[in-house]
Amino acid sequence: MKTILHFIKKEFLQFRRDPKMFAIILVAPVVQLLLLGYAVNFDVKNVHTAVLDFSKTEMSRKYVESLKNSGYFAIDYYAEDYNDLTELIDNGKVILGLTIEKDFENNIYRNEPAKVQIILDASDGNTAAIAAGYTVGATGLFAKRISADFLEKKGKKLSLVNTVTAQTRVWFNPELKTRNYMIPGIVALLLMIVTLILTSLAIVKEKEIGTLEQLIVTPIKPYQMIIGKLVPFALLGFVSVMVVLTAMNVIFNIPVKGSVLFLFVSTFVYVLSSLGLGLFVSTISKTQQQAMMLAIFVVMMPMVFLSGFTFPIENMPQFIQYITYIIPLRYFMVIIRGVILKGVGFAELWPELLVLLLVGGAILSFSILRFKKKLD
Amino acid sequence: MLNRIKAISKKEIKQLLRDKRMLFVIFFFPVFLLAVFGYAVNFDVKNIKLAVYDKCNTIESRDFINTFSSSQYFRITAHIQAESEINNILDTKKAQLILIVPREFSHKLVSPNEKPEVQVLIDGVDGNTATIIKNYVDAAVNSFNQNVQAAIMAKTGIKISSPIDLRPVFWFNPNLDTTKFLIPGLIAMILILTATITVSLSLVREKERGTIEQINVSSIKTIELLIGKSLPFLIIALINAAFILLAGFILFNIVVKGSFLLLLLSTLLFLSSAVALGIFISTVADSQQVAFSFATFATLLPSMILSGFVFPIENMPEIIQFFTNLTPVKYFIVALRAIILKGVGLGAFWSQLVYLCIFTFVFLLLAFIVQKKKEMKT
Repeated sequence: MKTILHFIKKEFLQFRRDPKMFAIILVAPVVQLLLLGYAVNFDVKNVHTAVLDFSKTEMSRKYVESLKNSGYFAIDYYAEDYNDLTELIDNGKVILGLTIEKDFENNIYRNEPAKVQIILDASDGNTAAIAAGYTVGATGLFAKRISADFLEKKGKKLSLVNTVTAQTRVWFNPELKTRNYMIPGIVALLLMIVTLILTSLAIVKEKEIGTLEQLIVTPIKPYQMIIGKLVPFALLGFVSVMVVLTAMNVIFNIPVKGSVLFLFVSTFVYVLSSLGLGLFVSTISKTQQQAMMLAIFVVMMPMVFLSGFTFPIENMPQFIQYITYIIPLRYFMVIIRGVILKGVGFAELWPELLVLLLVGGAILSFSILRFKKKLD
Repeated sequence: MLNRIKAISKKEIKQLLRDKRMLFVIFFFPVFLLAVFGYAVNFDVKNIKLAVYDKCNTIESRDFINTFSSSQYFRITAHIQAESEINNILDTKKAQLILIVPREFSHKLVSPNEKPEVQVLIDGVDGNTATIIKNYVDAAVNSFNQNVQAAIMAKTGIKISSPIDLRPVFWFNPNLDTTKFLIPGLIAMILILTATITVSLSLVREKERGTIEQINVSSIKTIELLIGKSLPFLIIALINAAFILLAGFILFNIVVKGSFLLLLLSTLLFLSSAVALGIFISTVADSQQVAFSFATFATLLPSMILSGFVFPIENMPEIIQFFTNLTPVKYFIVALRAIILKGVGLGAFWSQLVYLCIFTFVFLLLAFIVQKKKEMKT
């Protein structure tokens, strides 16, 4: 025990000597959170639209007006002809081209379907699908209104006979905002980056400088050394957790719906698993350069892409989904989003927490084991 | 001057060749990661987990539910029997949406002047997915309605139709496949990480080990040292880029629609900007750890989040839009998408290439200033 304490003391002394590193660890995550937090947003507002109105009637103007009033569209251009419209879409000036047929008004009065064509620039499939959804929704509303008007004029009662209407309610996030969903993910990623930067070099640095040999000849045991390395980082990690979570709350005003205590505990467990990964990288590398490349390519990139941060895991092919099971962030992502946005707690999230603990424990013991072999 | 640059480059390559493990990481991982992540990056929402609470339980209600389950988008994962289960299903993520068919559904469906209503509850935590799910729900309900109306029309001869017939057409990407749109971003991100980190580390390593002093006392100028050291990494990154594009072609069928020459030119300019960033970091940092943290913070998340790779830049607040200029990935992605996906010419993206040149110049200049200041201090 005493040996470990001494070792921890030595690590802290080393920290104090490197103030630049200290500043990076505490300041960089907050700055990044501030910048990136405002950037993560899928909310499609202002769909840039060009209108090609062959009808040019009161009815068609009313229709375009109703789209505008829905708040989702910015009518940027009125195209002269079809070529004009095509060009606007090709050059990326608009992503939606709305063509209203010549007989638009007549057809409506004749009770014939009036044709409207929308062309969408679908290079960004996600935005295109959402924009199409908005158009269908706004057009549906307009259609309902004019058929109501029309039938009223004719003195008939509105009879949208036997059509099913879906009353949709969106839970947890009725405005369908994406930012609050993404920011907890950034928090988790930043914590992962900080801990990895710290630990991935912890052991290999001693190797490269040559001080590891001095440590090997001392009676300190491998597990003592790993714990001695881990404790200061864990403390620093905990400080980092506090700073980043507070920053999230203060800057973005994201209230935590669930238990704050549970959030802190599970964040800490996550940070431990991430520290374990860093130590593991450090034990298997021969030079600092190797350790850093491994940390980036083997740990950080998979954490970013396979954790469900931006790309839902459910959409991935099955074999990729299997790979995601070994990514600790995958479980933490569910926890942090669940606690903050849904307000769920231990009762619903214990499986994730358990797996996180198991993965973290496994990685840590693995690096201790691996480290022993090096000493032999 | 050229001779000395050549000598330094040669030394650097020799050093690299000695570290077999590092070589493996540099050449293998970029391609490997593209292969794995290429399958992971998509927003194509399929197999939405649907829980059904059928209070009506008649032929009509089952018919209605069938419209959902028979489409490729929904997969029924739970049948709810009691009101009390509803909360739990969304909380534990057993389903992404719940469809509640009321008891009087089929009664209202067949009686005139009645309108059956169904309730749909969507888990909105992921706003993007929820929006897409909502669109699919509307589409499924519409298609059911059309069938019902067709049946009524066949029986009674009364024509009921929506006054507006809206027809969406999707250009460039009719299947709304998101992978192809995202892969250029992935390529750019992998390339900048490789280039910036390797360059910054190789320069700082000499500082940390003290070998830089040996170089300092030799007749080599700072510029020659910088060029000589970064050239090999630029070449490596270019080879990487070729491999990655090849992998993209084989695995994801990403065909380069435009000109290869333009592709080479843009890639070269982009890599130069990444190297310039690496050089700048190496002048600021004194230890490999500091360089590594700078490089990671500068490239990893910004090139994903601020570059327009995943999140459209137009959606961002103005100030943040200004900060997106801090990552060269932003320009390269526009150029790549233009060349690879649309196959358009230089006219559509020449400004991006100019920005890349400016970026490279600015960061080299900054590196030069920092270096000069440091030299004055010592």
